[in-house]
Amino acid sequence: MKFSILVNEGPYTHQASDTALQFTRAVLAKGHEVMRVFFYHDGVNVGSRLTVPPQDDRNLQKSWSDLAEEHKLDLVVCIAAAQRRGILDEGEAKRHGKGEGAANLAPGFRISGLGQLIEMGIESDRLVVFGD
Amino acid sequence: MSEAAKGTGKKVPKKFLYVNRKAPYGTIYALEALEVVLIGAAFDQDVSLAFLDDGVFQLANGQDTKGIGMKKFANTYRALGDYGVTKFYVEKESLQSRGLTLGDLQEITYEDENDDFKEKPSIILVSRAELSEVMAQQDVVLSF
Repeated sequence: MKFSILVNEGPYTHQASDTALQFTRAVLAKGHEVMRVFFYHDGVNVGSRLTVPPQDDRNLQKSWSDLAEEHKLDLVVCIAAAQRRGILDEGEAKRHGKGEGAANLAPGFRISGLGQLIEMGIESDRLVVFGD
Repeated sequence: MSEAAKGTGKKVPKKFLYVNRKAPYGTIYALEALEVVLIGAAFDQDVSLAFLDDGVFQLANGQDTKGIGMKKFANTYRALGDYGVTKFYVEKESLQSRGLTLGDLQEITYEDENDDFKEKPSIILVSRAELSEVMAQQDVVLSF
């Protein structure tokens, strides 16, 4: 079955991105396909490479980046939501004059529009929403 | 998923329901949900909106955001009919428990292209039980 995942809450304050990660791992372990993971609202903060959680805590950004690398996952951060919250890739950082090295989008993530979310609903067998 | 959407060959529109549960201000959910609805309207799917819990306040009449410095987006709901978004399911129990009636909500209408472009109300009052039936009929439910 073809799944898509929507993450609507940010890391650590809410458990949604943890649960989404565990669900995505379980889906892949069962041999299903994950078409895309879309990060919206504060969920875009999962895609910041600048988070530094304590060493004895889980690192959500790294866990997602590692999972993406292992399974060639498509992790998409909503551009409008990301710009509001200061998540920028190199192109956006340059376009908005934020200076050299300002980009903070983590490895394995890409920035794109809400159309990618609608497409998930159209193309997937199941779109599973993780939020508050 | 509806049987029609499962078939091979040509794409049949899917039924999308956007569930609005939060007050318009205080958090960003209502505004960013509306942004999804506006983008989604370009994809020619069968779109419905649901308003329940504090989400019913999103449609309230007479919103004035000057005092809180927030952008007012309440008028955008009235424009959705032009984008083919014509079904606004509003849960009766949520209205009642907040002391609201249909008269406290904005008048939202659309022009029915299948009926000589007659102006018709977009808001459909439903009970909680009826809304759960609406939800059960959907292919995709996005909850905000």
